[in-house]
Amino acid sequence: MPDFDFLFFAEVLVGGLLAGVMYSLVAIGFVLIYKTSHVLNFAQGSMVLLAALTFVSLLERGVPFWASLLLALAVMVLLGLSIERTVLRPLVNKPPITLFMATLGLSYVIEGVAQLVWGTQVHGLELGIDDKPFEFAGILISKFDLVAAGIAAAMGCAARRAVFAFIRGLKGSSGAGSGRLRLDPRSHRRWPLNWSWRKAF
Amino acid sequence: MMNPPASRFPRWLGPVALLAVAYGVLPIFGSSYLFEAILTPFLALSLAAVGLNLLTGYAGQASLGSAAFMAVGAFAAYNFNLRVPGLPLLTSLVLAGFVATALGVVFGLPSLRLRGFYLAVSTLAAQFFVQWALTKFSWFSNNNPSGVIDAPSLTLSGVSFDSSIGRYLFAVTIVVVLTWLAQRLVHTQTGHNFIAVRDNELAAKVIGVPVLRTKLLAFAISSFIIGVAGALWAFAYLRTVEPAGFNLDRSFQVVFIIIIGGLASIRGAFFGAALLVVFPLILSRLGSFLLGDHFDSGVLDMSQHIVLGALIIFFLIAEPDGLVALWDRLKRRLLPIPNNP
Repeated sequence: MPDFDFLFFAEVLVGGLLAGVMYSLVAIGFVLIYKTSHVLNFAQGSMVLLAALTFVSLLERGVPFWASLLLALAVMVLLGLSIERTVLRPLVNKPPITLFMATLGLSYVIEGVAQLVWGTQVHGLELGIDDKPFEFAGILISKFDLVAAGIAAAMGCAARRAVFAFIRGLKGSSGAGSGRLRLDPRSHRRWPLNWSWRKAF
Repeated sequence: MMNPPASRFPRWLGPVALLAVAYGVLPIFGSSYLFEAILTPFLALSLAAVGLNLLTGYAGQASLGSAAFMAVGAFAAYNFNLRVPGLPLLTSLVLAGFVATALGVVFGLPSLRLRGFYLAVSTLAAQFFVQWALTKFSWFSNNNPSGVIDAPSLTLSGVSFDSSIGRYLFAVTIVVVLTWLAQRLVHTQTGHNFIAVRDNELAAKVIGVPVLRTKLLAFAISSFIIGVAGALWAFAYLRTVEPAGFNLDRSFQVVFIIIIGGLASIRGAFFGAALLVVFPLILSRLGSFLLGDHFDSGVLDMSQHIVLGALIIFFLIAEPDGLVALWDRLKRRLLPIPNNP
């Protein structure tokens, strides 16, 4: 490869890794639910959409930044709790594929509600974090990506602790915890995605 | 399985009455709107759901790739029809079914090791792979720049079935034949093997059911039926053949049909398909009646999603056996069986 540009390669690699950390947050959401309840949550994507849409729409309506963040969080926690109550609890001890189908139906509902309430138009989001890349050892790194990835990594560590604590708690109690379906802990760990969604919008 | 207790009507009466309605009453009284917007898509989706129900409902192998096999059926039928001059339409339909079968067996191979939603996810691969291949290689769509091709005319030995009523009759005949075969199949040893594998694979193996062959056979037969259904969907309903007509949403739609209609029931496929075809129409009428101009197509789309998703959850929780179970209960209440406690 005569004209292999190492700097460019490193730049793309770093950018990709930083974006990957944010994707991993969605994946952690999957893992968190699967590890604790053995439900494969197909509605994950639509929940991310709802969280992001709620946050952005609140901001656009003049709600202060932190307030809308907290409100979006609260909505997601409430959603998680009510899903557990209304959808998953009646389906305890059903085969996994049934639960999976239920989350498939759920994703249809959430997607519909999110777009019905907040509209389908594309939103922009300014967070006050400068997206100007800075130079580090000759490669350009986006400050925005770095901040978002940092938050995502922190949330990832928190989620990891939560899962371990949960599993340890199950083993300590009776060990037969597969029937317990708790969806709530993960929903509020998804919030930094609001940030990463700026790219998608 | 227990035989249903003898009712006061002979057992052949139901099917014969249905056939009489399908061939006698509807063609006389139906409008072309009824045929084109309701009955033809209903028939094609029902057939696809019958195919998926054999695989998922009877043999217990979850699949999210139905639309992929529909697409393979449609494109294969189109290409056979295009590239082999003089091939009768029915032959290309059957050949298309076999192409879908071959692909179904390939994507059924993971079922030998995977089960549950791991298998479902591996069938998602079929969905994405087929759509990618059909879009990427323009040979499949005869190098058409837009990728959307017109379906050939439906002509069987000189008789044209291109009118809306003709397309309906064409579809209904194919659906009746394949449904009859599927209905026969579930009462044979093979059908019983399907159920045995679904209910307890280990026990099935112990009593001598060839588990691997049964699973692959389920994939093969179901893909054949779904492939033919795809050809019907493209040729008789859409009148175009394009990959976008067979996206992931279509796969979900077929899955929803068998959940709502009733798993492991041939009739369930028809009940579910009827609901899924008719309910958007009802919803749009109802919505524009109640809300007027606020109910535009965007809102309609969203509310369709919501109602459909809620229906799925409702049926999974409240009536896992689907509309068929509701129907049977209703029938028992309306037509009490004499001399039966």
